[in-house]
Amino acid sequence: MSHALSRVNDVSEPVIHAAGLTKVYGDTVAVGGIDFDVPPGESFGLLGPNGAGKSTTMRMVGAVSTRTAGELSILGLDPDQHGPEIRAQLGVVPQQDNLDMELQARENLLVYGRYFGLPRRVIAQRADELLAFAQLEDKAKSKVDDLSGGMKRRLTIARALINDPRILLLDEPTTGLDPQARHILWDRLFRLKEQGTTLVLTTHYMDEAEQLCDRLVVVDKGRIMAEGSPSALIREHSTREVLEVRFGSDRNADAAKRIGAIAGLGERIEELPDRVLVYADNGEHALAAVIESGLEPVTSLVRRSSLEDVFLRLTGRSLIE
Amino acid sequence: MSAVTSNAGSGSGAQPSAAGRAYPTRDELLATGARPRRLGPLFVAEHQLRTMSKFGVTMIATATGTPLIYLFAFGVGLATLITGNVGPGGANGPVSYIEFVAPALLVTAGTLVATEEFTFGILLGLKWNPVFVGMNAAPISGPQIVTGHFLFAAVRMTITVTIYYLVILLFGAMPSPAGVLLIPIGLLAGFSWTLVAAYAATITEDKGQFAVLQRVVILPLTLFSGTVFPLTQLPVYLQPIGWLSPLWHASELGRQVAYGPTEPLWLTLVHLAYLLALAAVGWMLCQRIVKRRLDK
Repeated sequence: MSHALSRVNDVSEPVIHAAGLTKVYGDTVAVGGIDFDVPPGESFGLLGPNGAGKSTTMRMVGAVSTRTAGELSILGLDPDQHGPEIRAQLGVVPQQDNLDMELQARENLLVYGRYFGLPRRVIAQRADELLAFAQLEDKAKSKVDDLSGGMKRRLTIARALINDPRILLLDEPTTGLDPQARHILWDRLFRLKEQGTTLVLTTHYMDEAEQLCDRLVVVDKGRIMAEGSPSALIREHSTREVLEVRFGSDRNADAAKRIGAIAGLGERIEELPDRVLVYADNGEHALAAVIESGLEPVTSLVRRSSLEDVFLRLTGRSLIE
Repeated sequence: MSAVTSNAGSGSGAQPSAAGRAYPTRDELLATGARPRRLGPLFVAEHQLRTMSKFGVTMIATATGTPLIYLFAFGVGLATLITGNVGPGGANGPVSYIEFVAPALLVTAGTLVATEEFTFGILLGLKWNPVFVGMNAAPISGPQIVTGHFLFAAVRMTITVTIYYLVILLFGAMPSPAGVLLIPIGLLAGFSWTLVAAYAATITEDKGQFAVLQRVVILPLTLFSGTVFPLTQLPVYLQPIGWLSPLWHASELGRQVAYGPTEPLWLTLVHLAYLLALAAVGWMLCQRIVKRRLDK
């Protein structure tokens, strides 16, 4: 196949291809051979707890961390040979902001655009557009140090877009932000997604994954546990509904045993330190059965299954520990 | 929003649009790396200079005040106590004490600016406000970041030693017009400390190493490297400190252009070669260490 003629927006060709992707630090296997493909325009997520290997994967995809083994190509290029060329097509929002704290918001965009070899005139125009996009127009001349956490995140996203990237990599984009700041950020990311930017994001927030991802992989201890769209993962690995009942910390274990003994109640029961989860297609029926059996929960809640339940099912652990 | 052009990465407007957005061909992709690969260090230096301009007034004030104070203290004040002439002509020879000390003070000033950028400047970019990590996420490589940071340090040193040179002229302490070469020699003196930058790039936890380095290594060397008195005044067993010290080599080199020659040519060439070698080794080492550190 002639590379000169091929374009990566061919339906068959993913913009990111990873096979057996591995990263080892000394004796520690951070990423233990993972496979995934991301087609153009998709919003792809890596969901997993802290230390699962998500950030390491992102740094390899971002062509800054050299892989130990496996295949990796970004836009058809190998990061080992073409790091700068790949990075010229990426926008990167790292887990920890690395804006220049001494410079003003707009200046951060100006100096960053230069790293892509863009002409000053182009950068200046884009900087203004992006400050508007990030709702930071009136902060253009503020020193970064004086911006709030949410504003810094938005500025980092604006900075990541200065080169008009094909792919935007977001590592824990909303960690540490208050709910309002998170929603503003999600809204901005959703717009990018609508405009066709390929998004790759890591998160340990299931709501974030459900909001933003077309498809995701559940990662734990450097391995992929499951893959699919949020709704498909929930369908496949959990029931439609979940009943959460609390009996008080010292009585949960006992109650879980008694619930388990109720015939025909739910598919599965999870006992957590603070509550008991009953997986059932009809949560209200399950609750009625629990009360009928003579148990008296302190509180009860029926909700739909979420990715949190998928993760618990797959790993036996919670996402946020 | 501007129209989409063929040049990937510099064409369309800031907000990507899905409709009709062609993905680049392989050749177009490869072309986008060309400018950063060629000019990366300049972009890094440009960024650093912009940050420096925030402290421009303080920097110029320090760069001007320091030579005024030092030349007055050493050249005018201390010189009145110095009866034995230390210059090449011996007692009452043609070289005054202020002329003897001025080149050493200038290369010391270059050294202090350099070691500041090679310690705090490096760790600032790698750790405290990790802008180097950000540059590396863009197309700039670790070695380019180091070279760019050094380019920036060169600009800072040039400003400092040029002002120093002008103040020396003001004090009438520069016998030879060839003394203008003290400006590049001041830069070379600074760059002979690039090993310090390589060391700084290995530091992950700040435990006051830089303060120790400043007080235990650099400050004593500014006094005992044949700077304010000839190295031969030291006991013989201490003189090797001077031979190893970049400051001795730089000071002696400076004196050759200011009022020399005072030594055989081969020794002057040794000064030059020693300083260049230190600069080159530290530069290469620092590039390797930063590259490895960013690739984690």
